[in-house]
Amino acid sequence: MPVKKTRYDLLTENLQAEEMIINMGPQHPSTHGVLRLELITDGEIVKEVIPHMGYLHRCFEKHCESLTYQQIIPFVDRMDYLASMNNDHAFVMGVERMMGIDKDIPKRVEYIRVLVCELNRIASHLISIGTYGMDIGAFTPFLWCFRDREHIMNMLEWASGSRMLYNYIWVGGLFYDLPVGFEERCREFVSYFKPKLAELNQLLTDNQIFISRTAGVGILPLDVAINYGCSGSMLRGSGLKWDLRRVDEYSAYPELDFDIPIGKGEMGKSGDCWDRYKVRADEVSESLKIIEQCLDKLQKELKRGPEFDPRAKLPKKIIPKEQDFYVRAENPRGELGYYFITDGKTEIPKRVKARAPSFNNLSVLPEITRGVLIADLVAILGSVDIVLGEVDR
Amino acid sequence: MISFDDIAQLLSDKFGSDVILERQTGNLQPALVIRPDMIVPICEELRDNKATWFDFLSCLTGIDHGLEDHKFSVVYHLASIPHQHQLVLKVVIEHDRNLEVLPSFKSVSDVWKTAEWHEREAFDLVGIDFEGHPDQRRILLPDDWEGYPLRKDYQAAEEYKGIKIN
Repeated sequence: MPVKKTRYDLLTENLQAEEMIINMGPQHPSTHGVLRLELITDGEIVKEVIPHMGYLHRCFEKHCESLTYQQIIPFVDRMDYLASMNNDHAFVMGVERMMGIDKDIPKRVEYIRVLVCELNRIASHLISIGTYGMDIGAFTPFLWCFRDREHIMNMLEWASGSRMLYNYIWVGGLFYDLPVGFEERCREFVSYFKPKLAELNQLLTDNQIFISRTAGVGILPLDVAINYGCSGSMLRGSGLKWDLRRVDEYSAYPELDFDIPIGKGEMGKSGDCWDRYKVRADEVSESLKIIEQCLDKLQKELKRGPEFDPRAKLPKKIIPKEQDFYVRAENPRGELGYYFITDGKTEIPKRVKARAPSFNNLSVLPEITRGVLIADLVAILGSVDIVLGEVDR
Repeated sequence: MISFDDIAQLLSDKFGSDVILERQTGNLQPALVIRPDMIVPICEELRDNKATWFDFLSCLTGIDHGLEDHKFSVVYHLASIPHQHQLVLKVVIEHDRNLEVLPSFKSVSDVWKTAEWHEREAFDLVGIDFEGHPDQRRILLPDDWEGYPLRKDYQAAEEYKGIKIN
């Protein structure tokens, strides 16, 4: 095979005398996992960033070639391990649509799905906010976020039996109904968490040091964001109202009332690190709104009854007809997509490709870090909010 | 909102009726099979034309069709943010699974930057060559990995640098 000169070769071959290559990661704490960045620096200035991934590659797509749909769900959990419920939800929705049973799912099941997904979204955003504060020198928010996240972890453990990797949402239904008393406990959490969130905002969002470190740094223009396939809070941080929960209107979301926060450039310029952070902080309170509405429904109209069986619609055998189908859903990090190819004969898909939001969000990093300071690079990387389990799959 | 048939019509009006090899409409998501050499101008047209305006590439997938039919394909999932519609494009080529000469597709990384990493992934895992790709290296596997794991005839390596794999 003729060897093509890649951009990487050109970058690393023609180093100037004053330039230096520095490795950041894979064990660097601010790379949020096992990401390795190769920096070409000139003093404190970053001239080029070359990300190297794959340290957490667990052959998700290869495993899918030999597992049934139900068996893939635990693997899906382990992709974005901070938001397993959301991963499951997207995957399950895809399979249900291929089977043609997506309209038969009971309303209570849909609302429980949305409830646990939004709880998980808050947990995921709390990690993002907490570690982002820590990246740029604020240690207290990290502890506060983990303290509050622990309540969510406990609740979801109560429902599903595991703390982070739930395997709770199944094709056609749920693993179990919510435990008795879950709704009441969840309400307690909401009323506990609301003042805590205000406290967190006082501590971090309006903190002058935090603003100085993030406002006007790492500006991501909207056209660049779209061209690189950024989604989720990255895209909304750049000022576009684009949320698949509203665009695709899937599951119970069309019946729920919530806003889509976007970055407005309040502190610096639209699309900077502070905007992306702010979008996540606002999304936490929007998720709280959704949770309250779900609880209202679950405690009144869709009350649990002895006749309710979350496994009633579970198909005996999951064999979708021969087709290919792409499903997308809003994960805490952006558009999570699965592309299925099925053969119509077996329970095993021919091919499953996962479109991970972090993977695409990370690809814009070299573009927005050209010419920044090394200290700002940490702030920008933190604001992208990657989960390496999902980047590497 | 422009319909699937209108998009197909628009493309055949602009590039000639032979650019669309097949219209797959039996599934939940209809797809257009495009002539392999025309994919880049078609993608540019779909992105720049204000009637279609597919400014967002959701997903790009490289596929090995299996041992019986010697075919490889690349599937593009486009989305339009202004119009909120989606489109699936497919490019299929025949190839004899020769590891020396990889199946070659045109790169759309100049149209959407998203494609750059997705094409690297397809190159890495399925062994598809993208003509015109600026930075075609392995992305998830180590640089010196041998073979392409998502090919249907892939044999898992016994060991990697003296480390047993099992």
